[in-house]
Amino acid sequence: MASKFMNWVDARFPATQLWNDHVGQYYAPKNFNFWYYFGSLAMLVLVNQLLTGIWLAMFYKPSAAEAFGSVAYIMREVEWGWLIRYMHSTGASFFFIVVYLHMFRALLYGSYRKPRELLWIFGCLIFLALMAEAFMGYVLPWGNMSYWGAQVIISLFSAVPVVGEQLTTWIRGDFVVGDATLNRFFALHVVALPFVLVGLVIAHIMALHHVGSNNPDGIEIKANKGADGHPVDGIRFHPYYTVKDLFGVGVFLILFAGVIFFAPTFGGLFLEVDNFSPADPSVTPEHIKPSWYFTPFYAMLRAVPSKGGGVIVMFSAVFILFFLPWLDRSRVKSIRYKGIIFKVALTLFAVSFLSLAYLGLQAPSDGVKLSARIATVIYFLFFLLMPIYSKLDRTKPVPERVTG
Amino acid sequence: MSNEGVDVRKRRFLTGATAAVGGVGAAFVATPFIKSWLPSARARAAGAPVEVNIAALDEGALVSVTWRGKPVWVVRRTQEMLDSLDSVAPKLADPDSSAPQQPEYCQNKYRAIKDPILVMVGICTHLGCSPSFRPDASEWSMDVPGFFCPCHGSHYDISGRVYAGQPAPLNMQVPPYRYSSDDLIVVGEDPATGGGEEAA
Repeated sequence: MASKFMNWVDARFPATQLWNDHVGQYYAPKNFNFWYYFGSLAMLVLVNQLLTGIWLAMFYKPSAAEAFGSVAYIMREVEWGWLIRYMHSTGASFFFIVVYLHMFRALLYGSYRKPRELLWIFGCLIFLALMAEAFMGYVLPWGNMSYWGAQVIISLFSAVPVVGEQLTTWIRGDFVVGDATLNRFFALHVVALPFVLVGLVIAHIMALHHVGSNNPDGIEIKANKGADGHPVDGIRFHPYYTVKDLFGVGVFLILFAGVIFFAPTFGGLFLEVDNFSPADPSVTPEHIKPSWYFTPFYAMLRAVPSKGGGVIVMFSAVFILFFLPWLDRSRVKSIRYKGIIFKVALTLFAVSFLSLAYLGLQAPSDGVKLSARIATVIYFLFFLLMPIYSKLDRTKPVPERVTG
Repeated sequence: MSNEGVDVRKRRFLTGATAAVGGVGAAFVATPFIKSWLPSARARAAGAPVEVNIAALDEGALVSVTWRGKPVWVVRRTQEMLDSLDSVAPKLADPDSSAPQQPEYCQNKYRAIKDPILVMVGICTHLGCSPSFRPDASEWSMDVPGFFCPCHGSHYDISGRVYAGQPAPLNMQVPPYRYSSDDLIVVGEDPATGGGEEAA
């Protein structure tokens, strides 16, 4: 009966084929480790954001006069509204935690190397779309930090030569950040960017399943196939990795729920103190800082003593990621077989990124600026010198088969 | 389908012409979508001029009004403040106000129509924060009065001219304004002609 029904469906829509291509018969390397949880977790958070976001849009009012009040209404008067909003706001921060770890995994194991260049580029585009989505979402509660954050970020575009001022007016839809700005950010946050994000995620997964997953050894398992035509070092995604990922989901949800219930503001990092008062164009918060997940890039912006230069450096820091597949000239993919130079470089890079994240949260002072300058230089040298040091590095021989 | 007897050049031309016309059509269709993002008629009307009466403004005091949603400061500077303008000039990025951050009639060291009365948009030229007023030199790290932006630490003198080596690249903006009487300033209109869209 069931198979008869599926035959009927499959003759009209490739349901079974889709399932097999992407889950049932998708062969993934058998040696995935801890770092391979974050892709599926990012999907989980995306679903969380879509679901809670749709529900928030049912109660939120995208106008400068009503936005702040409607968020308070959701928090205090809508049944379970506080939980839905905390799931969304905490989800935003966890999205970036998960995505940063997911990207670091790619750096560890060379998952951006040939033939996965497009997979990596789709990922970078997702990161870019995610940053736009997060920024616009942050403006919607129309708290004072929302307002001034929007002011600062939109002003970045005034650094564009000649048309900069007109461009910022066009983005704002007014001579100041106001109702028009909020209203269009709502449309972009709720309709346009989610479409873009979901589309890019589908492209990312299609590219992944086309070339096959990398693994901690950086070996192409497709090069060694058994008599059945499947990679000998591959196991089916379902049930093996669906079960593994479900375990990750369990641990993740414990942490996620812990923050939602016990520390939804996370000491002012996930929800900032200044955003608990309504937007006020005449009162600038003493110290404007973006959400924690933008602070590495914000620290770079501040480190450069010129507006145009700061904006260029900040955007370059993101766009340089796109070129990574062609910067790495190492003979091996995985850090397991790379030499000491790459290990030191990656450590310095991670330290500089975390330092920038910390420095971006601090009030501007000479010491902070100097440290941020040093960290910015290290960040860029990691990429710019990679073609040289990745070639000089003494690599170890890569085994034929994946190891444990 | 056979391609025999087909004039390939003609077909290529027709394909190209169709694509070009379609492209032009797409550009026309895109125009309303892009232009709809510009300030609406209502937003433009809200950018109308604002009057400030400075009869009651004390020496050394600042009054803030809102014009086009931006804070516009009017400061009646003391003689001591005016004297400080020359001494800080060597430390400034643009002491002569050569960048077009003010209407031509305010391009002087006072950046004003009448020397003591400063009219200025109170927004830092770095990233749009509103600096705080430091009328008393003892309140901050500089030895003369000025303005300090708390966001990224830019310093300005009491004419809104930025010190050299600050995050902010430009002097603060002076809006177009005129005196309709001795004590009445109209922010948003140039002296003789009215209007005020073109200045600054």
